[in-house]
Amino acid sequence: MTRFLVHRLLQAALVMLIVSVIVFVILHALPGGLVRAQLGPRASTYSVDQLERAEGLLKPLPVQYGIWLLHLLQGNFGFSYKLNQPVAGLLVHYLPRTLLLVGISSLLTVAIGVPMGLWQGYRRNKPDDHALSASMLILYAMPDFLLGVILIILLSLDLPVFPSTASAFGTSVPTDISVLVLPIAALTLGNVSYYSRYMRSSVIDSLLEDYVRTARAKGNSDRRVLVRHVLRNSLSSTITNIGLTLPYVFSGALIIEELFNFPGIGLLFWDASQSRDYPVLLGVVLVVTASVVVGSLIADLGYVMIDPRVRYA
Amino acid sequence: MPELPTGTLTPSTGVGHELSLDPGMDLPPRRLARLLTIARDNKLAMAGLIITIGLTMFCYVGPLLYHTNETSTNLLLANMPPSAAHPLGTTPEGRDELGQLMVGGQSTLEVGFAVAILGTAFGMIWGAAAGYLGGLIDAALMRVVDALLAIPFLFFIVLLASITTPTLIIIILAITAASWESTARLVRGEVLSLRTRDYVELSQQLGARHHHVVFRHLVPNVTGTVVVTATLSMADAILIYAAVAFLGLSVPPPATSWGDLLTTGINNLFDGYWWQLWPPAIAIVLIVLAVNLLGDGMHDMVEHRLDRR
Repeated sequence: MTRFLVHRLLQAALVMLIVSVIVFVILHALPGGLVRAQLGPRASTYSVDQLERAEGLLKPLPVQYGIWLLHLLQGNFGFSYKLNQPVAGLLVHYLPRTLLLVGISSLLTVAIGVPMGLWQGYRRNKPDDHALSASMLILYAMPDFLLGVILIILLSLDLPVFPSTASAFGTSVPTDISVLVLPIAALTLGNVSYYSRYMRSSVIDSLLEDYVRTARAKGNSDRRVLVRHVLRNSLSSTITNIGLTLPYVFSGALIIEELFNFPGIGLLFWDASQSRDYPVLLGVVLVVTASVVVGSLIADLGYVMIDPRVRYA
Repeated sequence: MPELPTGTLTPSTGVGHELSLDPGMDLPPRRLARLLTIARDNKLAMAGLIITIGLTMFCYVGPLLYHTNETSTNLLLANMPPSAAHPLGTTPEGRDELGQLMVGGQSTLEVGFAVAILGTAFGMIWGAAAGYLGGLIDAALMRVVDALLAIPFLFFIVLLASITTPTLIIIILAITAASWESTARLVRGEVLSLRTRDYVELSQQLGARHHHVVFRHLVPNVTGTVVVTATLSMADAILIYAAVAFLGLSVPPPATSWGDLLTTGINNLFDGYWWQLWPPAIAIVLIVLAVNLLGDGMHDMVEHRLDRR
C-alpha cells in the first residue's frame, strides 16, 4: 500500500512539473513577449527593454524557468497589472468557492448516476431502461450552458423558485444558499450520464460473473446480490472515474460560473481572458490543474481504503 | 422483483446483433449485403446517419435554395418575431435567423470535422509511437498526455486562444490541442497488445522494417477503433466549440456558428426572443445526438468484427 501511495505521489508531482513547463512555454510564446502585452503596442523600445531587464527576461530560458518555478513554489504567482494585486491573493480568494461548487456537484453526480446505472443494468432493455438511456443521451448532447438556461427558464422565470444569478454568493458571509441550487444542478445533470452509462454496462457484465451466480444460488435476494456484490465490486472503478472526470467538471464550472455570474475561479479566469491578463490566466490554469491532480489523489486514497486488493498489496 | 437478466450479451451499449457468418461471406457483394444487414438492425445508428446527412444538406445546400443577406446589418429588422418573410424571425443585427442557422452550421460542422480528423490523426501517431517504441520514449510521451489531460480542457483552450486573435483555424487548432490525448492513450493500448501478437513478432523476426510493421500490421488493426473514436470526438468537438463561443471566443462577424447564435439567444433571454434561443439549441442537440448515435452504432460493428477474429 505504501508503495502504491508513494508511486501515485511521485506521478502527481511529475504531472504538475510537466504542466508547469507547458504553461511556461505558452507564456513565452506570446507574440511580442509578456512585457509587450503589459505595456501595450505603443510602448517605446527603451521602456520595453528596461522592463525586460528588470523582470529578468533577458536571461536564458532554462534559467528563467528555474526562477519562475522557485517563485511558484514559494507561492509567488506573479502580479496582475490589470487588477493591480498579486495573483496568489486572487487565487486564494476565488478558488474555495469553485472547489465547493465542484465538490458538491461531483458527490451528487455519483449519488445519482451510480444507482441509476445499477437500476438500468438490472432492468436491461426494459422500457424504463430505454427511457432513462434516451434522457441521458439527450442530456449528454446538451451544452452545459444550455442546460443551465433551461433550468433558469423553468425554475427562475416560469416558476420563480430559485434566483437566476449567484453573484450574491460573493459577499463576505454567504447567507442565501438557494443561489447555489441552479448552478449545482446544471453542473450535476450534465455529468450524470457519464456514470450511469458506465455503471450500466459494468453491471451488465458483472451479472454474468460466477460470483453473482454463486451469490444467487446461495439464496440471496436480487436486492442483496445487487447491493452487496455487484455494486460493491464496481465501487473501486467508480472512485477511479471521479478522478478521471474532474477535468470535465472543472471545465463545466467555467461555463456555469459565467452563466450564473458565480464569483469563482472560472469567472476570474473568464474576466482575465477578456482583459488579456496573462499572469491571472496562467495562475488559474496552474491551480485548477493542481486541484484536479490533488482531487484524483484523494480519490485514489478512497480507492485504497475500499479495495482490499490494493490495501494488502 | 423481476428475474436478473441472464444469457449471452453483446458488449457495451447493448444495441448489437448476433450475426451468423459463413466463410464465403467476405466476397464483395456479400460484404455489402452484410453491411446493409447490420445497418438495418441498428436503427438508432441509421437514424443518426440520416440526421447527420440531413443537417449537412441543410447547411450547405440550404443557402442555394433559400437566399438571404447574411453579411450586412439592418437595424430596422432587428429582433423581429417569425413572419412570412422570416420564418424563424431575425437576429439583433437584423439578419434572417434561418439563414444564419445555415451559415452558422457550416462553421460548426467544419470545426467538428476538422478537429475529429486532426485530433485523431495526431493522437494516433503519438499513441502508436509510444506503444511501438516503448521504453523511455513511451514513458515520456505518455507523461505529456497525462499532464495535458489533467488541465481542464476549456481553461486550456481559452488560454491558447487568448494568446492570439481567434480565427476559425486558431479555434480548430486550440480545440484539437485539447482533444487528441484520449485517442493517443487508446491507440497506445491497442498497439501494446497488438505488438505481442505472433504475426507481428514473426514479421519483425523476418527483418521487416519499422514502417512495414506499422503500416501493414498495426494501422489496419486499429483503424476500426480509431474511426469510432474520431466520430465520437466530432460530437465532443461540436459541444466544445459551442462552449468556447459562449465564452466569447468565436469567429469574427459576420461569420457565425450555432454556438454564437445560441449565445445571442441566451443574452436576449429576458427579452423573450424565443426564436433566437430554441432553433440553434435544437440544432446543436440534434447534431451531437446524431453523431453520438452513429458512433455508438459503429462501435458495435467494430466489436462484432473483433468478436469474429
